[in-house]
Amino acid sequence: MNARKFKAGDYKSDINPIWCPGCGDFHVLMSITKALAELGRRPEDIAVVSGIGCSSRIPAYTNCYGFHGVHGRSLALAAGLKVSRPDLTVMVMSGDGDGFSIGGNHFLHACRRNVDMTYVVMDNRVYGMTKGQPSPTTESDWDSALSPGGTGLRAFHPLVIALASGANFVAREFSGNIKATTKTLVEAVNHPGFSFVEILSPCVTFRPDEKEWKNTVHTAQVEATDDPARAARRIMTDDGMNTGILYRGRRKPYKAHVSDEVGDIAPLEAAFEI
Amino acid sequence: MMAPLNAPLESVSFAIVGTGGAGAITAGSILQEAAGKVGWYGVLVRSVGPQIRGGEAAALVRLSTTPAECMTKDFDILVAIDWKNADRFIGDMPVASGGLVIADPNAGPVPGAITDAGTSVENCELNARAKDIPGGRENMIAVGLVAGLIGLSIESLMQVVTAKLAKKGEAVVEAGRKCIEAGMAQAAGYGQSYPLKPVPESSDKRWLITGNEAVGLGALRGGVRFAAAYPITPATEVLEYLAPALASIGGALVQAEDELSSINMIIGASYGGRASITATSGPGLALMMESLGLAAAAEVPIVVVDVMRCGPSTGIATKSEQSDLNIAVYGFHGDAPHVVVAPLSVADCLFTTQWAVHMAEALQTPVVVLSDQSLGQARVLIERPANVAFIGQRKIWQGQADQSYDRYALTADGVSPMAIPGTTGGQYTADGLTHTVRGTPSSKKSDQKEQMDKRRDKIDQFAFGDHWGAVEGTGNTVILTWGSMTGPAREAVRMLAREGRGVKLVSLRQISPFPVAALGKALAGASRVLVVEQTHSGQFYRHIRAHMDLPPDTRQFNREGPYLIGPDEIATQIRDWSSL
Repeated sequence: MNARKFKAGDYKSDINPIWCPGCGDFHVLMSITKALAELGRRPEDIAVVSGIGCSSRIPAYTNCYGFHGVHGRSLALAAGLKVSRPDLTVMVMSGDGDGFSIGGNHFLHACRRNVDMTYVVMDNRVYGMTKGQPSPTTESDWDSALSPGGTGLRAFHPLVIALASGANFVAREFSGNIKATTKTLVEAVNHPGFSFVEILSPCVTFRPDEKEWKNTVHTAQVEATDDPARAARRIMTDDGMNTGILYRGRRKPYKAHVSDEVGDIAPLEAAFEI
Repeated sequence: MMAPLNAPLESVSFAIVGTGGAGAITAGSILQEAAGKVGWYGVLVRSVGPQIRGGEAAALVRLSTTPAECMTKDFDILVAIDWKNADRFIGDMPVASGGLVIADPNAGPVPGAITDAGTSVENCELNARAKDIPGGRENMIAVGLVAGLIGLSIESLMQVVTAKLAKKGEAVVEAGRKCIEAGMAQAAGYGQSYPLKPVPESSDKRWLITGNEAVGLGALRGGVRFAAAYPITPATEVLEYLAPALASIGGALVQAEDELSSINMIIGASYGGRASITATSGPGLALMMESLGLAAAAEVPIVVVDVMRCGPSTGIATKSEQSDLNIAVYGFHGDAPHVVVAPLSVADCLFTTQWAVHMAEALQTPVVVLSDQSLGQARVLIERPANVAFIGQRKIWQGQADQSYDRYALTADGVSPMAIPGTTGGQYTADGLTHTVRGTPSSKKSDQKEQMDKRRDKIDQFAFGDHWGAVEGTGNTVILTWGSMTGPAREAVRMLAREGRGVKLVSLRQISPFPVAALGKALAGASRVLVVEQTHSGQFYRHIRAHMDLPPDTRQFNREGPYLIGPDEIATQIRDWSSL
């Protein structure tokens, strides 16, 4: 029984998104506000943190506390916030460039650190805000002005990296599947530790081919596992369009936190006396 | 047989050297702490090579009857446990003419560079003496030698040794005593001694603290609850001090994966309402620059302590310089008003850091504290630093349900009330993008100008008070310096005063915004100004000149590391100038 006090609209701000018509991120924003309503926490008890890029615009479109920081560092900022304010629900919004390229190192260590927060990466396999350059998840032969003929580089596999680095919850969703995405986000927030949700979110402007995703994604045919080896095998052998919760770990979340009680520093001062 | 007693001294300097692991630094620490117990003051500097173990290690100690925070030019006593790697350290510790070198004759000849200066050499078979005593150690013999020469009592030493070694058992403490007594007996047979004048007994207990610890404690006094850390020499001790200290008072320190992360962690924690700090050195500060700009634009209070070392690039990690002034003041991209301050002494690391936390919180802006290796890693005997209470903390938005909240509202003092997450009705998005008063991203000309004006004005209008710097002495000749160079400059002024030359010392704690009016007043009537700084290019001089004119008769005395500019060198500059 869940006495629903909040509606999705309670988590939306009155700012109009700057996204292109048809952008998958509109759907992601809908899923987030729906998930927050279902979670039922007051908007002022939620913090949404982001870096730079189209997806990172989300904080200002919510009615929660938000932080739109610098490119690639949202996970670090969010970790500091959550450790200092464990009472808040902390969500981080990122994209494939912000999260896996400039912010790649923080991704590894956020998974390791396992601070109790939810990391949502809207993956459209392109830098959209700078108008169409290949990102770490872009196919190696994707042609662009910056890398004519393709980068020739192997695409990054975020879910496997997350799993190997210690993320405690790993899922993939498609932006167009609002119901499933909402459900997964609720579970991700409720799961202790660092939860990683990759949302395939088409960039209709620079990757019109991604409009096809709605036809190629498919729901995972298996239940989530708590065995990282099984999860890894599953993720590495699927076609990249497999959606659902793929791994639920049992690691204990990061412990250190700031408490509201302030201890006496007199003993610390006395330690310098000789 | 007693050695003939020399006249009691006001100050004595000694060095104990040996291979890393030989215990030279422990010996120096024991002597310093015991000196504090009898009411003396003093400073201990560790000189260590880049090797973790097996390189050279030396404790350089100066004890005195009045507060002393810098080393003298040369040493009265040098005790060498061995001479391994001597070529690397002898330049650091010249022995005075009339000084005494004590060396183990079985550890090889005394290097010529040391004896050339007209020093006496005495032998002490440190190794053999230590072996005579069950559980004996050479470094404890060295403690006895120095104690005997300077007149430090066995009682004070045993208080320290007992406290340090008690958990290793009575036999170890007793071996320590025997070694010290053996060293003292040996010293009594030497032809000279360097007795330090006794001081009247006092009920006040001395503090023994390093600059890096003082930074940490200053942060705690200022109300810091969160720190993020990435290790870097010579700042790591700030973070290692804060880790357990914060945990003990309900705060937290998180070890970050790099400085890009640590700076953002403290921004996040401060956004959450907790006063936050990190410490780093030049290379780390360079990595933090982009996010320092974010803190300036999003108006998030943070303190970053830069314990400067020789640059550029990796430079010399274990040696001091003041060469991060430029990056700290001018390194931000865009126009990003912020505050830069520098402690004037090891003890002042405490006050300056506390002040920095207060300013960051009151102004909602980043504050950079420029300490350096010469302050951070020096350990001093001081009186307990006075408690300072700053009035005015972070301006918090308390929440009014009937009113919409403008996070970046234009106010008379430029500081806007900040809503802390959890406060109903205060939801806003902190943003590095140019924003409206509400925080909404904007590219409007008026928003850019209003918000930039506001961020400038809040700092320009802030009452920095008397903390901008220190003015000591009188005279038309002024030594103008900043931060850690204050100690050597102050000592130079004292040396010159003894020669009948009245020189005024003006030293800046507040580096940015530049205290134009206060400095102008302090320099009124000055005909000669000597600008002293430990940089290669004269960064401080050019920083001053960007803001104000100096008298035509102004000279620069600046030098890069690794050797610290000493009082004698500064005094020489003034003497040479005066003789023209």
